[in-house]
Amino acid sequence: MNITYDKENRLLKFEMTEEIDHCMAEKIRSKADFEIQEHTPKKVLMDFENVSFMDSAGIGMILGRYKTAKMVGSTLNITNVKPRIKKVLEMSGVLKIIPIVEE
Amino acid sequence: MEKNYDNEMKIEFISNPNNEAFARISVASFVASLDPTIEEISDIKTAVSEAVTNSIIHGYENTRGLVKIKARIIHNTIELEVIDNGKGIEDIERAKEALYTTKPELERSGMGFTIMESFMDEMQVKSTVGEGTTVFMKKIIKN
Repeated sequence: MNITYDKENRLLKFEMTEEIDHCMAEKIRSKADFEIQEHTPKKVLMDFENVSFMDSAGIGMILGRYKTAKMVGSTLNITNVKPRIKKVLEMSGVLKIIPIVEE
Repeated sequence: MEKNYDNEMKIEFISNPNNEAFARISVASFVASLDPTIEEISDIKTAVSEAVTNSIIHGYENTRGLVKIKARIIHNTIELEVIDNGKGIEDIERAKEALYTTKPELERSGMGFTIMESFMDEMQVKSTVGEGTTVFMKKIIKN
């Protein structure tokens, strides 16, 4: 997972992994939380450009990071979501809290 | 001459999360002979991933166990069974409720069964506490 922090705009960007399942979500969880707590950005953006697979573990992962971001006063959004990934997101209702944004 | 795609396979692996991807790819490869669309393959892989993850996280709960997948192709239908000999489900109807999870600390969304039901054409769960769980799923590949 590629992580970049734009200090000027206080934007923390995560380039999400190709597959987000329970196995990957566990690996993403602590790394992402560390970066969010370390930088305390204004905005967190998860870029799903490379994501070709996601199951419900990804939903839990997104919501968990949203909570971490919220605790440090940051917003969290997702972008570049492929239709089949959007299908899983829509099913959970998570898009009502975390809408997909244009990058 | 009508081609006969009927086929069967069985795989078995230990309850290691690294095998979630292996399970998805194995089933996807097996279904490939039916020439499914990208969306159909994605739906099947997602459903398999949910069932296998449930066996690993809930069925075996950090203990080492075996997860078995049986797959059958009959005409243009794929039938799957994901089987574990783990702790079993106490209340199946409760478990199937959307957003219900017994493991919120693992950031589980409680959407596993909802996804399996939505992405596959049929889904049934059979479980006995102390013995294990079998998830049956079916999907018709439209061609």
